[in-house]
Amino acid sequence: MTKAMTGAKMVVQALVDQGVDVVFGYPGGAVLPIYDEIFQQNHIQHVLVRHEQGAVHAAEGYARSTGKLGVALVTSGPGATNAVTGLTDALLDSIPILVLTGQVPTFMIGSDAFQEADTVGITRPCTKHNWLVKDTDDLARTIHEACHVATAGRPGPVLVDIPKDVQFATGTYTAKTGRRSHYNPQVKGDINAITDLVKALEKAKRPLFYTGGGVINSGDAATQLLRELVAATNFPITSTLMGLGCYPASGDNWLGMLGMHGLYEANMAMHDCDLMINIGARFDDRITGVVEKFSPNSKKAHIDIDPSSINKVIHVDIPIVGDIAHVLEDLLKVWKSRGRKTNAEGVSKWWDQINEWRSIDCLKFTQTGKVIKPQYALSRLEALTKKYDRYITTEVGQHQMWAAQYLGFEDPNRWMTSGGLGTMGYGTPASIGVQMAHRDSLVINVAGEASWLMNMQEMGTAMQYKLPVKQFILNNERLGMVRQWQELLHGERYSSSWSESLPDFVKLAEAFGAKGIICSDPADLDDAIMEMITYDGPVIFDCLVEKHENCFPMIPSGKAHNDMILGENADTANAIQGAGGALV
Amino acid sequence: MSALNIKKGATSHSAYNLKSGYVDTVERHTLAILVENEPGTLARVIGLFAGRGYNIESLTVAETDHHGHLSRITIVTSGTPQVIEQIKAQLGRIVPVHRVNDLTVEGPSVERELALFKVAGKGDARIEAVRLADIFRANVVDSTLESFVFEVVGTSEKIDAFAELMRPLGLTEVVRTGIAALSRGT
Ligand SMILES: Cc1cc2nc3c(=O)[nH]c(=O)nc-3n(C[C@H](O)[C@H](O)[C@H](O)COP(=O)(O)OP(=O)(O)OC[C@H]3O[C@@H](n4cnc5c(N)ncnc54)[C@H](O)[C@@H]3O)c2cc1C
Ligand SMILES: Cc1ncc(C[n+]2csc(CCOP(=O)(O)OP(=O)(O)O)c2C)c(N)n1
Repeated sequence: MTKAMTGAKMVVQALVDQGVDVVFGYPGGAVLPIYDEIFQQNHIQHVLVRHEQGAVHAAEGYARSTGKLGVALVTSGPGATNAVTGLTDALLDSIPILVLTGQVPTFMIGSDAFQEADTVGITRPCTKHNWLVKDTDDLARTIHEACHVATAGRPGPVLVDIPKDVQFATGTYTAKTGRRSHYNPQVKGDINAITDLVKALEKAKRPLFYTGGGVINSGDAATQLLRELVAATNFPITSTLMGLGCYPASGDNWLGMLGMHGLYEANMAMHDCDLMINIGARFDDRITGVVEKFSPNSKKAHIDIDPSSINKVIHVDIPIVGDIAHVLEDLLKVWKSRGRKTNAEGVSKWWDQINEWRSIDCLKFTQTGKVIKPQYALSRLEALTKKYDRYITTEVGQHQMWAAQYLGFEDPNRWMTSGGLGTMGYGTPASIGVQMAHRDSLVINVAGEASWLMNMQEMGTAMQYKLPVKQFILNNERLGMVRQWQELLHGERYSSSWSESLPDFVKLAEAFGAKGIICSDPADLDDAIMEMITYDGPVIFDCLVEKHENCFPMIPSGKAHNDMILGENADTANAIQGAGGALV
Repeated sequence: MSALNIKKGATSHSAYNLKSGYVDTVERHTLAILVENEPGTLARVIGLFAGRGYNIESLTVAETDHHGHLSRITIVTSGTPQVIEQIKAQLGRIVPVHRVNDLTVEGPSVERELALFKVAGKGDARIEAVRLADIFRANVVDSTLESFVFEVVGTSEKIDAFAELMRPLGLTEVVRTGIAALSRGT
């Protein structure tokens, strides 16, 4: 289909053809023609955010919770520069989003025109790809190609910069199927490598699945196949922060999250395994710790769609480039055809060892006294919301790690967190994006008070669109994660890590027209949480918690996985028996 | 919780592992990168090297297939084998990059560079310069009574050697194109 229309109309038409139903955005001079078109149609809903960073994080939340593309629309200059943090966040976490930016007219580019910024230049290193469209005839094709690039292979953010004259001019609309892209990453894995992995699976005595965000990127089929593989082999499975939900937290083989703040049993298993099967994780430094000491005696396999993820940090023995769903399907086929063998005896001994590690109960805590422990708050939140159709977003800090430890995820796409960039201010707008996609679900942003203040303006968006997002703030009146590092590593010199002059969150909620709840007594907590859940509208929940609680377990950097610091309550007496080694 | 007993400045003071990982031999590789000829592609390639801390020893770029909108970038880089592998994988991720070939490992290849040398001198030095240029099969592309411009084509080593010889004979300016390289055979 080719048709003549204005560039602005093409933008809307292309988005509709791509199946986009929501755009998060903020208008300005350089995108007014597009806003004018949005005004005159009913296919796409535009959500007016309060800050462009919010638009991009909302698009990320929408994307991660649906598996679809998220879209944001912002103006030139400051609109575009405000989008940079969100783009970088999406790049590091492999989230497919499309950001459309307005630009000054082509004939003014380079003249330091009003609200001109070199948007493609600024965003080149923080997008998967970006385009400046100088001709209206190229616009529709470019948007279609951008949507393809964002979602194909390893997903990521893309940006299309559209000068105002290109929006006004009339050109020819190119339909979605107009041209085949040369960008088509390999999805099938090499069958020889897959067979090598199967052989390794058959022999392994101490195998471990180390899974990550790539499973969620790959989609529902990948999750299903992974679960089938785990059930069939009875191998233990751990996951990164980004992969939570790809295997159910209630599943028998689940060891919990691994890494710097991961569970003792998960990290010990990583250290001592003889076969590590990395499925869609990228050996991030929060996982490996010091690389020389990382899982020293294991054979390592790595399934990843991005060849640059393989051998980047850790050398692997069996590299498999491909999409997880495709590779797991072949893997299962080969494994079954060879007789479904595993070293059951070895694996059963391995489980004995793992269960010993499990028995130290590294997340154990005791709630005593009149002050709420953050771990207690999250345990209660988990207990009271588990049966709901629930989505969790987080901010960044201790609360984020506690959420990862104490909340259980049964399914993928239920957990939205800023892992790679660690962007404070991500959670509130992300919760809005999630709620836009899942109108009737319970959407909770687990926040720290400091992070929450970074994008709190988005409460206005929640009110305007009647999005009943729950802002569950663990208020320790500290930049808790920073304070923890200062306590442990900088001689308890708390340089600028106090959250001073905090607002009254209840009044703040009321000022927005939302509901405010404050809770400081453990005895009141359940009722307060229920009040939050049942309230039909946005809530700011100010949960006053223990101020100097530390987040454990923790692997200090420079240490190996078997060198963790455990919480005071962990049953360390038991742990020493394990093959593990010195506990600090 | 008491503070950990960690010495000031120790690696464990940081959220990162501060010790550099591998100590390995550094190799020099010539990469041929076929890219879509669209605006900003070169910036992407160079930005990748700058942003990730890779070396560029030589870089040449020009459109080589006008019809197919393709340009060829030839980069000479150096790094440990692991870094070279990463560079190739990272280049491969750039959307307008069609192909990356490592000419250093993918069988025999030929490399050529073109250089122009301005040599100013009189008397014996001038005669000596012409004599050496002849041995190097350099062309004289400009001459005045007091200077020559020589054009030399060859491997980078040959051009380095020529530069060494010209230096005492009044070398005033050099310009080099950077390396162009192709694999041998079909
Ligand atoms: C304060 C803080 C503390 C943290 N502590 C921890 C911690 O203790 N433990 C922890 O795990 N993380 C932690 N993180 C998160 C950490 O920084 C990383 O973001 C995270 O570990 C990376 O997860 P991942 O390896 O699953 O990779 P992701 O970033 O999710 O990358 C996914 C990988 O899968 C690949 N992929 C994508 N799609 C496909 C596909 N279809 N098929 C195949 N492969 C695909 C990609 O190429 C990539 O290599 C922390 C973050 C913060 C902010
Ligand atoms: C935008 C941004 N700035 C700074 C940081 C560094 N940082 C990481 S965690 C943290 C403190 C977070 O405090 P809070 O939100 O209250 O959470 P808590 O750790 O107390 O749970 C800071 C400042 C960051 N991750 N992001």
